[in-house]
Amino acid sequence: MTKQVTLTIDGKQVTAPEGMLVVDAAKLAGIDIPVFCYHPKMEPVGMCRMCLVEIGRPMVDRNTGKAILDENGQPKLQFMPKLETACTNPVSEGMVVLTQSEKAKAGQKSTVEFLLTSHPLDCPICDKGGECPLQNLTMAHGPGQSRFLYDEKIHLAKNVPLGDLIFLDQERCIQCARCIRFQDEVAGDAVLGFVERGRSMQIASLSDPGFDSVFSGNTTDICPVGALTTADFRFGARPWELDASASICAQCPVGCNITFNTRREAKADGKIVIKRVMPRQNEEVNETWICDKGRFAYHYAESKERLNKPLVRKDEKLIKTSWEAATKAAGDAFTKAKKNLVVLASGRLSNEDLFNLKALADQVGGKTVLYSNMGGGDLTSLVGVGAGTNFGTMGQGSTIVVVASDLYEEAPIWYLRVKQAAERGATLIVANPRETKLERYANFVIRYSYGDEVRTIQDLTKKGKVADVFARSENAVILFGSEGLGLEGSTALATACARALNDTGHVGKPNNGLIGVWQRANDQGAWEIGFRPEENLQSVFDKADAIYIAGADPFGDGMLKIKDARRKPFIVVQDLFETESAKIADVVLPAQAYTEREGTLISGERRLQRFYAAVPPLEGTKADFAITSQVARQMGVILEGTSASVIFEIMAADMPIFSGLNYAKLAEVKEQWPIVGRGDLYYGGTTYENKDGLGVHLSNAAGCGEKVTLPRVQKVAALRPKENKLLAIPITKLYDHGVTVQSAELLSHRIGETFIALHPSAAEKFGIAAGERVKLSLDGVSEDVLVKIDETISAGVALVPRSMGLPINEPTEASVKTNKKAAR
Amino acid sequence: MSYVLLRHRDIADIDQIDVYEKNGGFEAFRQTVTRMKPGEVTDVVKASGLRGRGGAGFPTGVKWSFIDNKSWPHYVVANADESEPGTFKDREIMEGNPLQFLEGVAIASYAVGANAAYVYLRGEFWQIAEFLDKKIAEMEQAGYLGDKLFGTDYSLKIYTHLGAGAYICGEETAMLESLEGKRGQPRIRPPFPAVHGLYGKPTVVNNVETLTNLPPIITHGADWYKTMGTADSAGVKIFSLSGRVRKPGNFELPFGTTFRQLIYEYGGGVQDGRPVKAIMPAGASSSFIVADDKVLDTQMDYATVRTLGADLGSASVIVIDDTVSIDWVINKTIHFFKHESCGKCTPCREGTYWMSRLIDRLQDGARSNADVDLLLNVAKQMQNKCLCPLGEFSTMAVVTGIERFPQDFRKA
Amino acid sequence: MSLAKKYPKEVKQILSKYPPEHKRSAVMPLLYLAQREEGYITKDAMQDIADILDITVTDVGAIVGFYTLYHDKKEGKYRMQVCTDLPCALRGADQFMESLCANLGIKVGETTPDGVVTLEAVTCLAACDRAPMFQLQSGDGLTYYEDMTVDKTMELVRALREAGAEVK
Ligand SMILES: Cc1cc2nc3c(=O)[nH]c(=O)nc-3n(C[C@H](O)[C@H](O)[C@H](O)COP(=O)(O)O)c2cc1C
Ligand code: SF4
Ligand code: FES
Repeated sequence: MTKQVTLTIDGKQVTAPEGMLVVDAAKLAGIDIPVFCYHPKMEPVGMCRMCLVEIGRPMVDRNTGKAILDENGQPKLQFMPKLETACTNPVSEGMVVLTQSEKAKAGQKSTVEFLLTSHPLDCPICDKGGECPLQNLTMAHGPGQSRFLYDEKIHLAKNVPLGDLIFLDQERCIQCARCIRFQDEVAGDAVLGFVERGRSMQIASLSDPGFDSVFSGNTTDICPVGALTTADFRFGARPWELDASASICAQCPVGCNITFNTRREAKADGKIVIKRVMPRQNEEVNETWICDKGRFAYHYAESKERLNKPLVRKDEKLIKTSWEAATKAAGDAFTKAKKNLVVLASGRLSNEDLFNLKALADQVGGKTVLYSNMGGGDLTSLVGVGAGTNFGTMGQGSTIVVVASDLYEEAPIWYLRVKQAAERGATLIVANPRETKLERYANFVIRYSYGDEVRTIQDLTKKGKVADVFARSENAVILFGSEGLGLEGSTALATACARALNDTGHVGKPNNGLIGVWQRANDQGAWEIGFRPEENLQSVFDKADAIYIAGADPFGDGMLKIKDARRKPFIVVQDLFETESAKIADVVLPAQAYTEREGTLISGERRLQRFYAAVPPLEGTKADFAITSQVARQMGVILEGTSASVIFEIMAADMPIFSGLNYAKLAEVKEQWPIVGRGDLYYGGTTYENKDGLGVHLSNAAGCGEKVTLPRVQKVAALRPKENKLLAIPITKLYDHGVTVQSAELLSHRIGETFIALHPSAAEKFGIAAGERVKLSLDGVSEDVLVKIDETISAGVALVPRSMGLPINEPTEASVKTNKKAAR
Repeated sequence: MSYVLLRHRDIADIDQIDVYEKNGGFEAFRQTVTRMKPGEVTDVVKASGLRGRGGAGFPTGVKWSFIDNKSWPHYVVANADESEPGTFKDREIMEGNPLQFLEGVAIASYAVGANAAYVYLRGEFWQIAEFLDKKIAEMEQAGYLGDKLFGTDYSLKIYTHLGAGAYICGEETAMLESLEGKRGQPRIRPPFPAVHGLYGKPTVVNNVETLTNLPPIITHGADWYKTMGTADSAGVKIFSLSGRVRKPGNFELPFGTTFRQLIYEYGGGVQDGRPVKAIMPAGASSSFIVADDKVLDTQMDYATVRTLGADLGSASVIVIDDTVSIDWVINKTIHFFKHESCGKCTPCREGTYWMSRLIDRLQDGARSNADVDLLLNVAKQMQNKCLCPLGEFSTMAVVTGIERFPQDFRKA
Repeated sequence: MSLAKKYPKEVKQILSKYPPEHKRSAVMPLLYLAQREEGYITKDAMQDIADILDITVTDVGAIVGFYTLYHDKKEGKYRMQVCTDLPCALRGADQFMESLCANLGIKVGETTPDGVVTLEAVTCLAACDRAPMFQLQSGDGLTYYEDMTVDKTMELVRALREAGAEVK
């Protein structure tokens, strides 16, 4: 443990770890030293000069090394003639800090005055008004009157788009460089910088597209003035009009803690709507950050296209009907189908929803199917990372392996956390057939061919440099994804990973174990509850008499087709929108968005977290679990349908992994470091303090001391590229055509057109140029797509993003034809 | 007396390697590498009383002894940024006596265990950099730079690096940032370069003139060096004399020479025979010294000049006569510092800008005593709060100008 | 053509000055290289340098903006940068500048209509004893002209114009 030192700040005795900065030690003691440039998650730079304080240090006799005492036997103090910055000076034994002395206060006041000389003072029209550190500090420390002539202020542009998501008001910027430093130090995307110098210094981004980073929104939280605003929220509302509700981001398996800010909105006919998404501190999950997808892709729930009435098919058409009639039709069909009922649900749903769906299926002996083409969730239940795992504590002695996943695109906050662990000294091994951003921080990069995933991981337990590092490291975590893999392949990969961890003793402990980079937020939850994906979904469907589809659009995604219209099962679809699947359904049940109700999700790290209702539900909709309960009632089965928390209690009684847990437990919090909130937003930014629950890390079989038996790795016949054909490889992009992203207009530029990526030599072989549109045929479908060039992939493959309108869930043969002639 | 530093004024073609060798060139370096331990070199330099010529006057040997020997590699960076208005001495050394300077770099490198040294030149010294590159190549050829020098295990490479127009890069930590390929903005100190310098490694930064003193100190010894100058400031100094004198230029003189000697004996007196009104002994960063007979007879060394309420700094003596109004002078200095403020810290960035608006107003004739008071107040408000000395420098002439020459500012 | 393709030898030589793991240090010399031809640095050249050094184009642009000897816009073929700082001004630099303006028919900061000379005022160039003086910056480098008079300067401008006409 680091040595503790005792010092005095404003007369108060404080004990803090040696080396901690004065500003942080004061914070611990409940003393808020004002700061602008300092941020507890970044290196101190001491540039704004807001935190000026007086610091005295005990005088030491050079010869004896002992403290010099005054006439009263007290250590003599030496104060520097200059004020010092609390943000750059580490604490030391016997130090005396004065933050409120006349001299210190004069220093702080002068800094505020200097800043205001070039500040436009346009608080009444500023988005930050009400949560602005500059405003707060001016009130607390500033001069009463301006001595600077208003006419002599420099006037600068107020609407500079740094990219399509973030705007800069040059007049309001106080040059604290927090945004630049965040992008450089924390995010690793150094796409912001200062141009010019002195008073002409301005923030700029020269990247193309502008401000090219998926973490850009965080800069608006830490900007201590209203200089950076999001295109989404700017001019949207005043912070003090907003209500806040805690939630969990449902965009990916990281499970970032967020806060929805809501307000009654005239534009929405006086309804309460979400105005913005803010990070909520959870140091073990997302610290104080979220990615731009989480921040901006939330508008879908407001869509005018939402279903708000149950529908049933009559004479080939879907017509509106009552809940009673719709659920009766569904219930009757399910009762009739008995074991030929298939419940197909995705990890978009909460645990409570999935639990009820499973209970319904079990009643008639039906089958539950997880809508996913990635396997291994049963293995993460066994050897997933141990309770207490925290990327934030990984560093020297830890090894992190990332295989078949592009974390920057698939789980941005994990990318950020893994990067930081690597910077703290963790060994990072990145294995992927193509270059991914994370490689920059890797100690070892393993480049394999698509199809060689399993062997690559198995090599980790053989001889060799990388294997030695892996085996010998104190802690090891493997994150596996599904890049280039279908269900079979990913299952085999997960098994290989699980075995590698188990064989080297890296299971059942914190900071050890397996993590699935799932495609949906609650895939892990679905596995825990008993849902399993099916290799051949179509044949399951073809054999079914009734299918209950919830939170999935298999017909829209091209995963299911109606082959024989006469022998089509009875289809019930439960969703927010009239999806392709809904269009062919016999019954459509309008569900609530997760922002409108409560529930729990399980993250990829197997953290069980609670989300709360942020806005009132759209009239005419019901929570998924409630709908299922009503359908069940029609079948003569009683399932809890009124309260998510009661369902959870039933689950806790029923399922050992949830044993002893309840909603109250999930809502527990403890103090976190750094301390955010506490009124002085200038310290941590506008990130929300976590008052609504840090969640609970589930323990796993290995962690409970059970002996785990792992399955053998199944041989998968990997497809290899063939002469004159391309092997289409599924990859995952952050911004895709998923329903949530597509409804976020702001992100539409970033999604771009449907594309494939080819190696330059492949492009040449097929006579295709970068930026050209070609016809891609795969799986019997032809689509027009744009061609991008990627030099890091092998010549025989074509990367095809998932959820971009092309039906791809595993490696498939494909061919491309240039459109050139047609174009001319 | 013959020159110690500006030896090209005595010896023609001393920039040629053979001529330099004939005049004892590289013997000092050979001696250090083959016969002295690094620590011994440092001790000699400490004993000589040599103080840094870049402005701060910090004892050179003491600075070297701070180098952190737990962290490697070490670097030496020669500060050839020379951008203080009124300073033009390093330039003459590098143009006239480049080999002695480079030999000094080599000796310093050996003393602190550096195998690579950079000469950071201001971007305007483009031609000097090309010239030094040539000299470095010749030294490599002649075996004074490269691997296993003089048959020992010691190796050294010297590289030049051109800045691109930024006074702040003369500040040592800004220089290191610049050398690392970043914007030249100062770092917070501590840690000092001796612990965390170039690329985070222990680094010694010394001024060109400081380094050029090293070969003769090694050759003739510390005691010889101390025979020149004063007890406080040993040795010789190049005084860059500019402003309203008849013969501006560089003058290599022992510390302790008086202002009067410099201005009248060497500088030929003031133009048009006017009296000296004020002296800025350290370029634009100076405090004004109100000139009178007593002041003119004051010895120039670090300690004595301080008794006049100013610093000797890099000894760039700007002479101002009674035809010049001090408010015009500080108009120049304020605009200089506003232009050169790197922008990193608030008081300097905003303060220099604010001062420039105020002095513009005063210069425009719309002068009010309230504005003078405000200017003085703003300058004082900046003091002791800036991140690096540049911001502090910008206030010196303003505060001392208004306080010491009130008649040039205030309306009766 | 990219910088690395056009000047392979120079790029290699520049990179060799710095430890490979700190090649970012080469950004300043590379910017001078990029400025050679046009006298200013294009966005493409910045991207080139960013690629050579594995930094972002924003990082490169931030350097260009900080230092006064880098230019991101096209101006006159030669930049005549007259020192008007305190020591030079005490020796008549301001009057010298005024006459130059009158003779060239432009204001400080402007370019002669033929595009040959841009007149700029700069801070101290370490030539205080040889005022009036200026430096002439072009893509090829920098030359000092010291102890100047207006006549000598106009003579030089004529020569530059003639040389420029030849090139065209
Ligand atoms: C704003 C500023 C500008 C400076 N400019 C120079 C300079 O041009 N040349 C120089 O040698 N030192 C300059 N210095 C001093 C250096 O920071 C440093 O102290 C010096 O190079 C150390 O060398 P020395 O010990 O040999 O004097 C400057 C300092 C500051 C604060
Ligand atoms: S004092 Fe001026 S030059 Fe120094 S850090 Fe502050 S802004 Fe930059
Ligand atoms: S200088 Fe300490 S907070 Fe900015």
